[in-house]
Amino acid sequence: MLAFILRRLLQSIAVLLAVGVVAFSLFRYVGDPINAMVGQDTTMEERAELRTKLGLNDPAPVQFFHFIANAAQGKFGLSYRTSEPVGRLILERIPATLELSLCAAVFALFVGVPMGVYTGLYPKHWSSRLFQAVSLIGISLPTFLIGILLILVFAVWLRLLPSFGRGETVQIGWWTTNFLTWSGLKALILPSITLGLFQLTLLMRLVRSEMLEVMRTDYIKFARARGLTNRAINFGHALKNTLVPVITVTGLQLGALIAFAIVTETVFAWPGVGQLFIQSVQFSDIPVMAAYLMLIGLLFVLINLTVDLLYFVVDPRLRSQGGTARVAGH
Amino acid sequence: MAAASNNQPLLEVRSLRVEFPTRRGTLLAVDDVSFDIAPGEVLGVVGESGAGKSLTGNAIIGLLEPPGRVAGGEIRLEGRRIDNLPYEEMRKVRGARIGAIFQDPLTSLNPLYSVGRQLVETIQTHLPLSASEARTRAIELLKEVGIPGAEMRIDHYPHQFSGGMRQRVVIALALCAGPRLIVADEPTTALDVSIQAQIIALLKRLCREHGTAVMLVTHDMGVIAETADRVAVMYAGRIAEIGPVRDVVKHAKHPYTKGLMGSIPSLGVRSERLTQIDGAMPRLTEIPPGCAFNPRCGARGQRCLVERPDLMAAGTTRAACWLHDRGGVGPAVGKETVDA
Repeated sequence: MLAFILRRLLQSIAVLLAVGVVAFSLFRYVGDPINAMVGQDTTMEERAELRTKLGLNDPAPVQFFHFIANAAQGKFGLSYRTSEPVGRLILERIPATLELSLCAAVFALFVGVPMGVYTGLYPKHWSSRLFQAVSLIGISLPTFLIGILLILVFAVWLRLLPSFGRGETVQIGWWTTNFLTWSGLKALILPSITLGLFQLTLLMRLVRSEMLEVMRTDYIKFARARGLTNRAINFGHALKNTLVPVITVTGLQLGALIAFAIVTETVFAWPGVGQLFIQSVQFSDIPVMAAYLMLIGLLFVLINLTVDLLYFVVDPRLRSQGGTARVAGH
Repeated sequence: MAAASNNQPLLEVRSLRVEFPTRRGTLLAVDDVSFDIAPGEVLGVVGESGAGKSLTGNAIIGLLEPPGRVAGGEIRLEGRRIDNLPYEEMRKVRGARIGAIFQDPLTSLNPLYSVGRQLVETIQTHLPLSASEARTRAIELLKEVGIPGAEMRIDHYPHQFSGGMRQRVVIALALCAGPRLIVADEPTTALDVSIQAQIIALLKRLCREHGTAVMLVTHDMGVIAETADRVAVMYAGRIAEIGPVRDVVKHAKHPYTKGLMGSIPSLGVRSERLTQIDGAMPRLTEIPPGCAFNPRCGARGQRCLVERPDLMAAGTTRAACWLHDRGGVGPAVGKETVDA
């Protein structure tokens, strides 16, 4: 178990280094950072001096080492656009994105999984067929379109919910939260649904097909022959056996939710890191882009690590093998 | 019929019909099957694949897989009709009054729950015991089915047991709420030959000790001869012959049973070739009129082609064959030439 965690940690570090290479090459190949920093009337000598001072003449590996060493301490330099430290910019924005992604994930899980169980248990019922049909829409409509439609209906026509922004937030230390004010909570509803809808339909369809498969297995038949209640069979024996793929997909999708919140944040003018990233791209604000890249890489790695550890909790077959075997799809 | 018991039979099956509606019409997979099982008796049900033996077992425990359904007849357990019970009522019968054992012990247990948890949940579903009482009972059962170190093994997961050990756990699960009847469907087919005998002996001993009757579905005549009190031979969805196991094995009255017994190698007799029955059992869609066995039968007559025989007394057993009717089979008709 411990060996497994250590091995996983090493792999995670390797992944982050690879992401670091990509982030680092942004600095070297996407424009000249000196041009972005100095005015038009700066002389060539001053530029060369600045270049040496910033270490840009060092060999690439040395520069890369400095970049990684600073990144590990959360130092990504100053934003070209606002001249603020990038770390602080991101820290200001990250709570908005994390809260939005969390709400979307909770919405997707707590609606998608029960719907999947239901449609898996009663595949022929008319409501299951309806869910299946509606889920096709959810899976095929692009996120921005769903967001705009929701704004049209709930903000423009019905005037029930705000169409943009976070509403009032409460500051707890450096973290700003939506959860403690009424307007903050209301502001969360539409973006969360927009962001979570795709994951919801994905989860529903996944759980459904896994349930259909599990219900055909011998141990479910034997559980029936033992006279267990439907409740124990459906939600104990069957659902638990669908969990491994569900955890995998939920984990990957949680990373995707955070990374691809960009579109939703743009549609709803949500002041999160995604929006920050879009602004940075427009300004070629490379330090912010690099930091964003590293942050998303870190989140993916952390989530995958958690997912791998959850497998152990769910599946006893992995525990005894010391984690040498990966979970094959059931 | 139930010669083995003077009392009321434990299980009565009367004119059971199991149908499968398909696009090409309804298939009759079990056709007019009747038999009894006395308390504590072991009834072997033998036949080729597709003869309807497993479906009969599934119909008794109320777990026919849709679209299969009981289309006619009655099943009574201890005098109470169980074939038309609502699902929830039948659920309380399953496990508590009728246990079941399936073919493959490797897949019968939920891989994600310890065997103890599966035992305890089954016990607590049917018996008013506390968690710790149920656990004590579970450990006793594991000891009874011969699992060494039961106190420790109870918390192990199915993948930590060998195939034979898992089938022992399955037997403990089938017995844990004290059923009166166990429907064992090919309980040893998936196991090594060396383990098969152990499991059969265990099943037989436990059922004798608990007074549990067994319906043992198998295609292995050796297992039946060793274990059963009576045997029912099924062919194309019907019972061809039923009687005490000794008589059926030694003095079979139905030509099909005779052929079946002739195809079993015996240690004492040295022979170059085993006899075999020409042809194959007909598909459900192509069951011939008259006796279903007639195309393969060496003793058939005109009557066998048109009139279907029901079970009738034939010496010490009952056979569905006109040979044992006063009217006989009628003028002889040669066997169809069928490639073996």
